[in-house]
Amino acid sequence: MSYQFDFSPLLTYWPELAAGIVQTLRISCIAMVAGLVLGIALTALRMSPSRPLRWLAVSYIELVRNTPFLVQIFFIFFGLPALGLRFDATQAAVLAMSLNCSAYAAEIVRGGVQAVPKGQVEAGRALGLGTADIYRFIVFRPAIRAIYPSLCSQFVLLMLNSSLVAAISAEELTYAAQMIDNRTFRSFEIFAVVGLLYLALSQCLSLVLAAIGRAYFSYPSK
Amino acid sequence: MEQSAAPAIRLEHVSKWFGKLKVLQDVDLTVNRGEHIVLCGPSGSGKSTLIRCINRLEEVQEGRILVDGVELRGDGRNAEDIRRHVGMVFQQFNLFPHMTALENCMLAPRRIHRIGKDEARARAMGHLERVHLADHAQKYPAQLSGGQQQRVAIARALCMNPDILLFDEPTSALDPEMVKEVLDTMVELADAGITMICVTHEMGFARAVAHRVIFMDRGEILESAPPEEFFSAPPARTRPDLPRPDPQPLRGASP
Amino acid sequence: MIREFGFPELLFVLEGARWTILLSALAFVCGGALGLAVALARTARSRELRWGATVYIQIFQGTPLLIQLFFVFFGLPLLGLQLNVWLAVTIGLALHASGYLGEIWRGGIQAVPAGQVEAARALGLGYRSVMIDVVLPQALRISLPATVGFLVNLVKGTALAALLGLTEATRAGQLMSNITFEPLRVYSAVGLVYFAICLPLTLWSARLERRLLRRG
Ligand SMILES: Nc1ncnc2c1ncn2[C@@H]1O[C@H](COP(=O)(O)OP(=O)(O)OP(=O)(O)O)[C@@H](O)[C@H]1O
Ligand SMILES: [Mg+2]
Repeated sequence: MSYQFDFSPLLTYWPELAAGIVQTLRISCIAMVAGLVLGIALTALRMSPSRPLRWLAVSYIELVRNTPFLVQIFFIFFGLPALGLRFDATQAAVLAMSLNCSAYAAEIVRGGVQAVPKGQVEAGRALGLGTADIYRFIVFRPAIRAIYPSLCSQFVLLMLNSSLVAAISAEELTYAAQMIDNRTFRSFEIFAVVGLLYLALSQCLSLVLAAIGRAYFSYPSK
Repeated sequence: MEQSAAPAIRLEHVSKWFGKLKVLQDVDLTVNRGEHIVLCGPSGSGKSTLIRCINRLEEVQEGRILVDGVELRGDGRNAEDIRRHVGMVFQQFNLFPHMTALENCMLAPRRIHRIGKDEARARAMGHLERVHLADHAQKYPAQLSGGQQQRVAIARALCMNPDILLFDEPTSALDPEMVKEVLDTMVELADAGITMICVTHEMGFARAVAHRVIFMDRGEILESAPPEEFFSAPPARTRPDLPRPDPQPLRGASP
Repeated sequence: MIREFGFPELLFVLEGARWTILLSALAFVCGGALGLAVALARTARSRELRWGATVYIQIFQGTPLLIQLFFVFFGLPLLGLQLNVWLAVTIGLALHASGYLGEIWRGGIQAVPAGQVEAARALGLGYRSVMIDVVLPQALRISLPATVGFLVNLVKGTALAALLGLTEATRAGQLMSNITFEPLRVYSAVGLVYFAICLPLTLWSARLERRLLRRG
C-alpha cells in the first residue's frame, strides 16, 4: 500500500471541527427537548376521547416513522417553501429533527404511560385531582422512568441522524467534515476521525443522559 | 357542607351493568352521618363496584346517588367536587411510588385546597402522626412495609379532611402480622366519628365498630343488620333460589 | 422547458424504488450473515472475541450511517480499493446492518434459557450443534420482531445512497424535483413510496411482537 497517512489537515482545521461539534450538540439538544414535548403532546392526542384526533396522531406518527429522515428534510427545506413556509438551512434542520424525534418519542412515551398501573390514576381521581394534575404529578415521572433507557437510545440516534442535515448544507460536524474533505482530499483520515468524534459524542451523551435520569427520574423501588 | 338534614350517602334504585353483566341490582342504601357500615359478601358480588360508584370511579346506568345531599350528575361533571369530600383507601394501597410518604399526603391538599407548602406539610405530618408514622414521613413507598404503606394511604385520604371514608378490602393484600396495625388505625378513626363504609372480611372489626353489617350477593343487598343481630340470627342471606354463598368470607374473624 | 410532475416522472421515482428494495435486500442478506458472526462472537466463551464484537457493535451503533458510507466510498479508494458506488453503498449498509443485527441477535441468544444449553450439552452435543439445533432457532424467534423492525430502518437508511449519487428512490426524487420545480409534490410522492414499503413491515413487526408477548 503506497498511501501515506496524513492527519495534519485535521489539525489545521480544528476550529471548524470544534464549531461543528458545538453546532451538532446544539441542534440535537434543541430537537431532543422539542421532540419530547411534542411527543408527549402527541401521546395526549392519541389517548384523547376524540376519534379524529386519535386518528390524526396515529397517522402522523406512522407517517414519520415509516419514511426516511432524509426525505423529511428535503420535504421541509425544498417542499414547504411552496406553501410559503421558508426556513434557512439550520432552522429547517432543527424543525425536521424535532418533528422526526416527536414521532419516535410519542411511541415510546405511550409505552411508559401504559406501564403505569391503573390504580395510580384511580388513586388520583379518588383524591379529587383533575386529569391534567393526574398526568402531571402522578403519571409523568413513573412513566418517563419506565421508558427512560429507550428514550435515551432514541436521543443518541437523533444526534447521529443530525449528520443528514449536512445534505441541505446546515452547518454541523458532518458538513465541516465534507468541507475539509473538499479542500484537502484526505477523505480516509477525515471520515475516520470524524467517525471517532461522533463515537465519543454518543458515549458522552449517553453518560450525561444517564446522569440526568438518576437525578430527576429515579426513586427507590422494589 | 352543612346540610345536616341530608344523610351522608343515599343510593336510590341503583343498577349497573358491565356490558351485559348486571353487577348492581336495584340497590337502595342510606348511610347516616357518623355511621360505620361493613360490607361483605362473596367474591364478585359487587362490593367494590358499589363503593366505587359512590365516588364515581364507576358510573351507574340507573338510579340516583346522593352524597351529602348532592346528586352525582350523569355527566360526571361534579365527580371531582364529590371526591374531595369522600376519601378512598384501596386494597393495593396505590401510593405514588415517586413521592415520599409526606409528599403523597401533601399533593392533593396543595393542588386542590391550594394551601401553602408549610400548611400542607403541617397537615400531612398531623395525619401521619395520627397513623403513627411521623418517623417514616421521608421514606418512599418501596421503603415501607405493606401495613405502613396502607396507613400512609389512610393518612393521605385524611389530609383532604373528608366527611366520608371508603375502604375497599384494606387488609386483604397484607401479610397477616400487619393486618392488626391497619385495623387498629381504622378503629381509632371510627371512634373519632367519621362516616365509613368498609368492604372487609374482618368480622372482628365489624363487631367492634360497625353500626350495620350489610351482606351482598350477585349485586343485591340481601341483609342489613346491626352486628349483634347479623352474627346471631339464622342467615337470611341464603335465599332458596340462590345457591349457598361461599361461607369462607365470614370465617376470617381474627382479632 | 419545465416539466410537470406527472405520470412519467412518478414512474421514474418508482423505478428508483426498485433499487431501494434491491439495495435493502442485498444489505440485509450480507449484513445478516456478518451480523450472525458478530452475535456469535459477542456471546462466545473467548473474552477476546466478546470484546472485539462489543467494540465492533459500538462503532457501528455509535457513528452516523452517513459517515460510515462516506468512509467506505471516499476513504477506502485512497487505500487502493476501487469501489463503484453500488459496491460501496452495499458494503457500507451491510456493515451498518451487521452491527445492529449482531446486537439484536445477541439479545435473542442470551434470552434463551441457560437450561437449554445445559440440556443440549448434557446430551453430548458440540458447540455447532448446540447453536444450530437448539439455541439459534429459539433466539431468532425471540428476536424476529426487532429484526423486522430493523429492516424498516435499513430501507429508510438506503435513502442515504442518494447523497453518493446512486439513483434509488430519493435520488430519483431529487432529479425529478430539479426538472419539475415541484419539490412539494415530488417529495410527498417519494415519502409515500417509502411509506408503502415500510408500513407493512412495521405492522408485521408489531404483530410478531404481540404474538411473542402472548406466548410468553
Ligand atoms: N371493569 C370491569 N369490567 C367488566 N366487569 C367487571 C369490571 N369490574 C368488575 N367486573 C365484574 O363485576 C362483578 C362485581 O365485581 P366487584 O369487583 O364489584 O366484586 P367484589 O364483590 O368486589 O369481589 P371481590 O371480593 O373479589 O373483590 C364481577 O363479576 C366482576 O367480574
Ligand atoms: Mg372487590
